[in-house]
Amino acid sequence: MAGGVRKTLDPSKEWIVSDTAGMPVLRARDLRKEYGRGEGRLFAVDGVDLDVAAGETVAVMGPSGCGKSTLLHLLGGLDRPSGGEVWLAGDRIDDLSERALARLRRTAIGFVFQSFHLMEELTAVENVELSALLAGRSPRTARRKAEELLERVGLADRARFLPSALSGGQRQRVAVARALINEPAVVLADEPTGNLDSAATLDVLRLFEDLHAAGQTLMIVTHDARIAATADRLMTMRDGVLVDETRLTGGTTGRLGALVGLED
Amino acid sequence: MRQEVVLALLAKEPSHGYELRARLREALGPLGEAMNAGQIYVTLTRLEKAGLLAVETSADGGDRPDRKVYALTADGQQRVAEWIAEVAWPRPDLAEFHLKLVAAASAGLADPLTVVDTQRRELLRRLHDAQRAAIAATAQEGAALLLEGVVLRLQADLRWLEACERHWTRRRSGS
Repeated sequence: MAGGVRKTLDPSKEWIVSDTAGMPVLRARDLRKEYGRGEGRLFAVDGVDLDVAAGETVAVMGPSGCGKSTLLHLLGGLDRPSGGEVWLAGDRIDDLSERALARLRRTAIGFVFQSFHLMEELTAVENVELSALLAGRSPRTARRKAEELLERVGLADRARFLPSALSGGQRQRVAVARALINEPAVVLADEPTGNLDSAATLDVLRLFEDLHAAGQTLMIVTHDARIAATADRLMTMRDGVLVDETRLTGGTTGRLGALVGLED
Repeated sequence: MRQEVVLALLAKEPSHGYELRARLREALGPLGEAMNAGQIYVTLTRLEKAGLLAVETSADGGDRPDRKVYALTADGQQRVAEWIAEVAWPRPDLAEFHLKLVAAASAGLADPLTVVDTQRRELLRRLHDAQRAAIAATAQEGAALLLEGVVLRLQADLRWLEACERHWTRRRSGS
């Protein structure tokens, strides 16, 4: 079961067949989501095959309305597919009961959203520990882990601040800490830099690079080229279909000099 | 302007020099006004000598340059195909890339969106490397500043590619 994308597509493109030795952390097969019926039927996701290997960062780019957010929601169990399969760490999850799925979302998947989704009445550390408490950890363990994670995202001194007292970039870093607290198999990020200015984007970029270096499996959907460019592998989505795929690593290092006029 | 641009304009069908000029003017709008009429004939003569195109003279015409009909040779077709597939960065010539998309679409040589994807892959690979280098160079302010320039230029080019993608998507869906 080699991964990658549908083989029926244009052979001139750089299709990559994932040669993941072990099992992919995240896998989709012929994944579909349709809305409406008959003539007005709309395919938001129209037959996506996808493998994300352990420790890999994968980005999906595409114009707005191409179905990339819907795809992420299907992969994270936030939405039910109309057809196809989703596998997480070797288990099929698209056919789970609502209850089992909710449990899985709390423990095995970390979410990062464009608009942070923090609880405004809770402090940074309370926002982060909440997910651990909901997953059944003891208050002491939850607090300790939350403080460790805030330290890791560079916000140890902001732990007692309410979200309203934090900048956009800081809020997103709190959200990333929250996503990590239950040591999820995969972190799914939907436009994580969509609401951030350039400096804050750079902070989130650095954080994602750190997570990647630490072996965290990450999937990002975005139209921000900067965050997409942190990925090992990039896919392009159009009209609900993955139409292009490329590996970003190991390409041009050493040729950067040409970009600043130092060589031809 | 690259000779290949003129060559690619012939990929759809053999044409007179003045037709090529009209196509360039249409594709470039006000920017095309800076081109002088002689330039295209100089280029056509050069391409003919290089064996990339052949000249047919129309029956009524005699030897006047504006009566000649130019057509691609097999070598010329080969060269156009190579040029369409070529990725020209770090010195992106915007007009050249734009005309590449125009030529690819009008002659059915390639899907313009595929050409855009190919270019985007290259730019994103460079952005990937430039950002890694920028993060690694945080402690050296001067180097970080230079890399920031690289990142900003790449972002600008990527945004323009998005605009190209939107334009050619609309054209393809026929609206």
